[in-house]
Amino acid sequence: MYRSALSGVTSKSRRPLRCPFFSPFRAETPIISSVSPSPGLESRLPIPSNRFSSFRDPPSRASFAPSICFPDWSPGLRRRVVSRTRGLCGGSGDRETLEYDVVIVGAGPAGLSAAIRLKQMCLKRNADLSVCVLEKGPEVGAHIISGNVFEPRALDELIPQWRHEGAPIEVPVSSDKFWLLTENHSLQLPSPFDNKGNYVISLSQLVRWMATKAEEVGVEIYPGFAASEILYDENDRVIGVATNDMGVAKDGSKRETFQRRVTLLAEGCRGSLSEKMIRAHKLREKVQGQHQTYALGIKEVWEIEEGKHKPGSVLHTIGWPLDMKTYGGSFLYHMSNRQIAIGLVIALNYRNPYLNPYDEFQKFKHHPAIKPLLMGGTVLEYGARTLNEGGFQSIPYSVFPGGAIIGCSAGFLDVPKIKGTHTAMKSGMLAGEAAFRTLVEGATMETYWDNLKKSWIWEDLKRARNYRPAFKYGLIPGLTFSALERYVFRGRLPLTLKHGKPDHEATDIASLHAPIQYLKPDGQISFDVPTSLYRSNTNHEHDQPAHLHLRDSTVPELVNLPLYAGPESRYCPARVYEYTPDENHGLKLHINAQNCLHCKACDIKDPKQNIEWTVPEGGGGPGYTIM
Amino acid sequence: MKVMVAVKRVVDYAVKIRVKPDKSGVETSNVKMSMNPFCEIALEEALRIREAGAAAEVVAVSVGPAQCVDTLRTALAMGADRAVHVDAGAAPVLPLSVAKILKALVQVEKPGLLILGKQAIDDDCNQTGQMVAGLLRWPQGTFASKVVLDKEKQVATVEREVDGGIETLSLDLPAVITTDLRLNQPRYATLPNIMKAKSKVIKKVTPAELNVELKPDLEVVQVTEPPKRKAGVIVSSVDELIDKLKNEARIL
Repeated sequence: MYRSALSGVTSKSRRPLRCPFFSPFRAETPIISSVSPSPGLESRLPIPSNRFSSFRDPPSRASFAPSICFPDWSPGLRRRVVSRTRGLCGGSGDRETLEYDVVIVGAGPAGLSAAIRLKQMCLKRNADLSVCVLEKGPEVGAHIISGNVFEPRALDELIPQWRHEGAPIEVPVSSDKFWLLTENHSLQLPSPFDNKGNYVISLSQLVRWMATKAEEVGVEIYPGFAASEILYDENDRVIGVATNDMGVAKDGSKRETFQRRVTLLAEGCRGSLSEKMIRAHKLREKVQGQHQTYALGIKEVWEIEEGKHKPGSVLHTIGWPLDMKTYGGSFLYHMSNRQIAIGLVIALNYRNPYLNPYDEFQKFKHHPAIKPLLMGGTVLEYGARTLNEGGFQSIPYSVFPGGAIIGCSAGFLDVPKIKGTHTAMKSGMLAGEAAFRTLVEGATMETYWDNLKKSWIWEDLKRARNYRPAFKYGLIPGLTFSALERYVFRGRLPLTLKHGKPDHEATDIASLHAPIQYLKPDGQISFDVPTSLYRSNTNHEHDQPAHLHLRDSTVPELVNLPLYAGPESRYCPARVYEYTPDENHGLKLHINAQNCLHCKACDIKDPKQNIEWTVPEGGGGPGYTIM
Repeated sequence: MKVMVAVKRVVDYAVKIRVKPDKSGVETSNVKMSMNPFCEIALEEALRIREAGAAAEVVAVSVGPAQCVDTLRTALAMGADRAVHVDAGAAPVLPLSVAKILKALVQVEKPGLLILGKQAIDDDCNQTGQMVAGLLRWPQGTFASKVVLDKEKQVATVEREVDGGIETLSLDLPAVITTDLRLNQPRYATLPNIMKAKSKVIKKVTPAELNVELKPDLEVVQVTEPPKRKAGVIVSSVDELIDKLKNEARIL
């Protein structure tokens, strides 16, 4: 209900403020509004779905107001000012158009790296480009969650002096263990990772620090604003995004549009706008890329007893509680301040529809080798997020007319290292450089793709490409092959293994499996979902349309429930989907959209791809601080 | 007429708080902070008064550490005309000190109306508004659920939520009003306003410049969590219940 939408640090930008460009909406008549030498731009905005029913109401204004725009003309830079906008959702409220040279959707590692790099190049070459970063979370870092063992390779390139600038990267990895777990035992295996020189961090804290660095160089960051739609011109070129503005209930909608010449989508794994882009422009088909595969990670940060805490200690496990056919494993990292990050990652191509990733995680914490560490501790935060596992084979062509896709939205996570932060940052930097060249030197964004292929991201991902697909044959063949890859082949095999079925098609029908009995939470080591959700500081303004859409509202009761026993009621780590008895003694799907952690698991795993995750009102969602 | 609104930067209402391990207070580092919800309502009311034409200017003030500036920028983004930040250092400031500072500011700014939230959600004191009114010897309308200003007669009619129901008071201006939940729904700051607010100048003052001495007269000794609820016990008969109430709980 109450919300403030301001990022934490005052911007030191010296760019003169533009007068916002106002235009009321009519569905048919355009408004010529500025004296721009460049050809007028007509923006064709996509038809909204019926969640914004306001456009059917008669418009509240009877006449047009003249629109005035004062362009900021810098010599040498062609500023293309929006001069005609054609409305789509005529109706109540003005639509304000804000202009920037570059708009980045998502203030995560990729988005902020792109912004910082762009501004660094501007400062070096004395150019002036306006950069705006939109973030759907209530503040920067609120939606950032990751293991995280950080490889500082990209940060060394971006901000070489990070050690002296107060970066929250203080705990170097001190030990690196790898265990195979059975129900009661643990077997130490040689660690497949090489974490020397890496740090155990909280990515949420790192991103917050990066945001202060970005604002120091003049980037404008706006948390609490969710970009919900992409705007096109008549040539199908992306020219803007529209945000879901807040404070409007289900019956009215006020939106703001951001016009700019380059848009970078940095929404993280399975970004809603990025997925639309990839589908609309067939970006995977363009490079014969495979579908993306995903995993769901569920994480808690604990504060443990003093004597048990070993800063920098890194542990990964495989095996129990997952079976031989389910890929996944756990992580346990010791941060500073007696805090540890503990989590379980399960690949979403699991077969058993009765699998409940949240309960598997709670079960895992009871293992005799893990439980003693947690006894006497308290949970500080909880969260969950999906991550990419497709690697090299699934990278789409990351450029579209008008912008590019960076970070996990494209999918650069290095699966055998289980690290995606450094590649996300590097991709952001490459896109920032390409955007600079596009806007100042007249190049095109294709340079981003070309530079991507020449960079260490490509090299690393290519070398890592066969690890994950090998696991489609089972745990033991996968491990054997991984060992061979790591020590013998090192990615030089002339073949590239392909992924199995897409995650949503991999679910077997329920009759082939038996329900799994999970133990009740004990309230000390394991907890129930509402308790965990409380710890994620999740909140959404309740008076808004549900942001989870069913493409066909009959599918849950006709397909999901009878055939697959309603898997969404199990894989969702926030208990958003519940089948409750209705008045006809049947079960009906009830969507508690307010609990949503924005993990996107439902968008990925729903067997008929019937659930569409769209972005809710900005400022809602989880409130991670140390995840 | 000028309206002055006092706002406070507190832990966001949606955050799960926890007590610091040394029990000296609540953990506030790495925790999301925002404007006190009641202060947002106060600011909204001031903005509505200005929009109705009864006031010319809305000034937002905040007492606290340097980060208060963020809260004041939110206030500017919502529509306040000016903001004043009183930098009292990092230590938490108690209501009496805030009241003294507000009194000094009122004597500088000379507003016709001072609006505050009824209480802050971090300490739940519900004292500052009343103390300021006492120090200034101004009439006060606390727990306001409706405010109507009469510009010519310089009178504010305030409906207060009290235990017994609603009490209507008529206050001669200048007056102090503290706002309750049902007064209004605060507006959201739109992006262009947030952008503009980022570059507005916020006046900075220290308590020394206002001739106010901040002497803490209260010391927080310990902060602990409430005791955890014990599990309930299911009894099998009325006799057993009476036995337990008599011998174990000792309340009969």
